[in-house]
Amino acid sequence: MITLIEADHLTRYYGNHCAVNDVSFTLAKGEVLGFLGSNGAGKTTTMQMLCGNLAPSAGQIKINGFDLLDQPKAAKLNLGYLPDTPPLYKELTVQEFLLYCARLHGIAKSSVTGAINRAQERCGLTDVADRLIANLSKGFQQRVGIAQAILHNPEVIVLDEPTVGLDPIQIREIRSLIRELGQDHGVILSTHILTEVQESCTHVQIIDQGQLILNETIAGLNRQMDTGTLQVATRLTVDTNRLLSIPGVSSIESISENRIKIHHSVTANPAEQIAEQIIAAGWGLQELTPVKRSMEDIFISLTKEHREL
Amino acid sequence: MILKIASREFRSLFLSPMAWTILAILQFILAFLFLTQVEAFAELQPKLATIEGAPGLTDIIVPPLFGNAGIILLLVTPLLTMRLICEERRNKTLALLLSAPVSNIDIILGKYLGILGLMLLIIALITLMPLSLLFGAELDFGKLFANILGLLLLVTAFAATGLFMSCIASHPTVAAMSTFGMLLLLWILDWSVGMNDHRSELFEYLSMLRHFQNIQSGLISSVDVSYFLLFITIFIALSIHSLDNDRLQK
Repeated sequence: MITLIEADHLTRYYGNHCAVNDVSFTLAKGEVLGFLGSNGAGKTTTMQMLCGNLAPSAGQIKINGFDLLDQPKAAKLNLGYLPDTPPLYKELTVQEFLLYCARLHGIAKSSVTGAINRAQERCGLTDVADRLIANLSKGFQQRVGIAQAILHNPEVIVLDEPTVGLDPIQIREIRSLIRELGQDHGVILSTHILTEVQESCTHVQIIDQGQLILNETIAGLNRQMDTGTLQVATRLTVDTNRLLSIPGVSSIESISENRIKIHHSVTANPAEQIAEQIIAAGWGLQELTPVKRSMEDIFISLTKEHREL
Repeated sequence: MILKIASREFRSLFLSPMAWTILAILQFILAFLFLTQVEAFAELQPKLATIEGAPGLTDIIVPPLFGNAGIILLLVTPLLTMRLICEERRNKTLALLLSAPVSNIDIILGKYLGILGLMLLIIALITLMPLSLLFGAELDFGKLFANILGLLLLVTAFAATGLFMSCIASHPTVAAMSTFGMLLLLWILDWSVGMNDHRSELFEYLSMLRHFQNIQSGLISSVDVSYFLLFITIFIALSIHSLDNDRLQK
């Protein structure tokens, strides 16, 4: 595993206000890290620090092994950044703008055309290549911003709220693009849309009031979502006592006549036996769903816990 | 890398009507002044012919033309330089440069050279006017060169001031106003000197006009040239420092 980003005890003050407080994490090749947080939690500040737009008050950042402070040029060669507002020169056409970005990132003259074409294709910009950026819709401008970030094929791609302002189809495209990029790059994306993290990330971090309160893989997060509850709907009323005798079932709570909630231990999932039992008894199984805590629930409970501490 | 930033800056200037308008208006006004000067010479010529060691064609036409160009550029340069950094910061495009593998020195020098490209174009267009006289007269090329050098140093100093103001101002208009105020102050600093007996040597040294006129007269001394070079270096260094500060504090 190749470590692409090493952020070590990052702290950032604005005057007396502490925006980011002692945040440490790493990102390896092939990972897509989702950065979650409510507004003003410190997401953008952290991203700006990672991309050298803001110097941290304390702490150290290494991009692909290069220290951002000591070897800024080498570190930034491996970096593609889309800030929260895409940095576009609106008086240029898409083609001209990407050409300028390519030269700025020192892409060799012979491979510039190829790099631009590839980025335009990936972001669906081929049809608008000769139009002025100022005349493009917000969604397309956002895509130009993404194209700019992946143009020079950097090892690390940092995207600050990449799907803001896009329509649902574009959002799907961009999410699949992010997953694709995640295979051979390291990607960090910040968002406050929770489903986005579930769909496109392999890891998730939650930041609140400048502090990292969760650093998990998506699989680990899914485990946290499991509450050990099943919801069962049947055509006829079930005999709860018979279900209670199934090993693993701890209690049963009836919601309405034909609908019950079965609580079970997290380690042993008795769903199969329950289904068998209901069918064997001829109660008419209509629905059997595990009740999950949504990502929102986890996010809210974690931030609430953190603030109460 | 500096040249890449510079060439984009230069080309962007011509993508908006700004550069074209300024070039057109400047050329129009200066052509008018140039023609009045030529006419004045035509009237004076018979009288001048009788005087021994009288000023020649170049003396009568070139210094006033370049002097006026200097004053007009004092008004125009702030408008050209006000957007350099300020606009990038407002449009959030500065992030593109800051996260690209370029240093702050590259950014500032690139921007500066980009705007100097336009300045050079303006000076070249002005120089064409006296050169057109070559069809029917002879010019004192030494003096013409001194005037070109003087104007060049003057506008590079103007542009450096403008660049710095653009770095620190939050709005382009503020940058333009403060550049203009600062340049005008340095321009007229000399006026107080002649008014009473106690001359201030410091004010005299700081005055841009005095150094410019010295060079214009054909006397290219290292004092005047180094004044301008020092001036430019200070403001470029301050601009770089101000951009560095962006990263540290907000």
